[in-house]
Amino acid sequence: MTKLSSRLIGLAAILVSAVVFLVPFIFIIITAFKDKQQAALLDFSWPNGFHLWSNLVEVVTTRNWMMVTAFINSTILTVASVTLLVIFAAMVGFVLARRKTRFNGLIEFLILAGLMIPPAVVPTIWLLQGIGLFGKLHGLILIEVAYGLPFSIILYRAFIATIPRELDEAAIIDGARPLDVFFRVILPLLWPVTVTNIVVQSVGVFNDFTNPLYYLPGNANATVQLTLYNFQSQFNTSYNLLFTNILLITIPPLLVFLFFNRHIVAGMTAGAVKG
Amino acid sequence: MTALSEAGSAISHGGGRAIRRSPYPGWFFLPAALVYGILFLAPTLASLYFSLTRWTLFNSTFIGLDNFAQFFREPFLVQGLVNTVIYAVVTSGLKVVLGMLLALLLTSAVMARGYLRSVVFFPVLVSTVGVGITFTVLMHPTQGMINEALALLGVKGPGWLVDPKLALLSVALVDVWKGVGLATVIYIAGIVAIPKDYYEAARIDGATKWQNFLYVTLPLSRPATATVITLSFIGGLRTFDLIWAMTRGGPGFSSDTIASVIYKQYQAGFYGLSTAGNVVLFILIAILVVPLTMLLNRRQGHE
Repeated sequence: MTKLSSRLIGLAAILVSAVVFLVPFIFIIITAFKDKQQAALLDFSWPNGFHLWSNLVEVVTTRNWMMVTAFINSTILTVASVTLLVIFAAMVGFVLARRKTRFNGLIEFLILAGLMIPPAVVPTIWLLQGIGLFGKLHGLILIEVAYGLPFSIILYRAFIATIPRELDEAAIIDGARPLDVFFRVILPLLWPVTVTNIVVQSVGVFNDFTNPLYYLPGNANATVQLTLYNFQSQFNTSYNLLFTNILLITIPPLLVFLFFNRHIVAGMTAGAVKG
Repeated sequence: MTALSEAGSAISHGGGRAIRRSPYPGWFFLPAALVYGILFLAPTLASLYFSLTRWTLFNSTFIGLDNFAQFFREPFLVQGLVNTVIYAVVTSGLKVVLGMLLALLLTSAVMARGYLRSVVFFPVLVSTVGVGITFTVLMHPTQGMINEALALLGVKGPGWLVDPKLALLSVALVDVWKGVGLATVIYIAGIVAIPKDYYEAARIDGATKWQNFLYVTLPLSRPATATVITLSFIGGLRTFDLIWAMTRGGPGFSSDTIASVIYKQYQAGFYGLSTAGNVVLFILIAILVVPLTMLLNRRQGHE
């Protein structure tokens, strides 16, 4: 292998990746800058004016500021469900990794089942209606927790197995009660895997389209993914607005990506390959 | 220190029986078990019953296996079943091959490695609906950028999403575009974990690059392959949002998958039939994924 040929492979990779992966994103951005007529051409040309601001204003104010409601809903949904997921999954992972009982097999079976079985949507809707949570944000929060638990538990269990038991025991000798052991000794040690879990689950919940579509109907409760879906029919000739919307709801995942790039990759692989 | 930890383990062993004194209280399972049991397990079990009924959400009439009979009688529902399998096989196959190739490239001393890793991974984080809409526009038969670029090369691009023969595969390609970054990351972890000794031994035996790949990298990254296949195969079988954002199952029913059929039946108010679709999907996943994971893991054991 000469230096030249490896250079050439590198250049080719950069070129191909730019065409395949960057061009679609650049297309989103430049279309969001265009006016309606120019955007309708769907081409890859330079915007002939700066229309991003007026597009933004129109997207945000349309249908009674639905976009703002949606961002608030999505934020509450994401923060609440991920918080619950972290605490509940860490608790299960902790006891599951530490205490061997005859139920462990059953619990692990249920976790695997949760990873594979597609949720039964209509019975879930029926059940949510029965307990008065259908079409309500906190109903959807609990749904996201239920669907996210198996993956989170697996991440935590694998990680907790690497923390020495002597730590718990030392804490107990120092007089710590079970809750102290968990919340003051173990949970802080789980920070690396918690970061991974937060990143993966919050991106998943924020980008979730299917569950809000089924369990949270109605404009008053729209999440950001649903605004995009609703706008798709309304704006079907205003590509500039459609792509401004896409750009707007891509900002949160982009920020997550910029801040946690390394954690995402490290944590996902730790969980995925071991699991 | 040893004395302390021995004393500690004595306490935890002694306390294991008496629930009150265990440092690992069983009620820690409770919050998760409640949410999971009520919102996931109960509806799943209920679906086994409701799939056998004609159902309005208020009343259900037991009709035996009629929903399933209807499911398999309707040609477009059967096509949805076939499409689901094709979609899952195509997407997971491509993710394995492309993920492996990208991981090989990105673990070698290629330049701009950080940039390449980021650029490949970023689509994983972007909203599926957003990606779907973007590619629907890019794949527009006459105005879309993809066909305009092909026209510059003198190729007449196909109607990606409007040709019934192509629609499903076009969506599958977009799925690969969006998901290959995850496969790549898993492969990178798998390849990095291979001990360097193997490559050194291979070098002493005079192995070529190709032999290195075939006899060292490929077999030793099998756990990663198992993970990528299982993840993307299950994901492919359950796929809904991308199909829905790009084609709504069309043109006709040519790109319907079971998940989109379930949604359409739900929208139309056929709740029993929709739930039967869920059970079919569940059985399909069980039939295909369980033997697949067993096969992947058994081979791994022999290595």
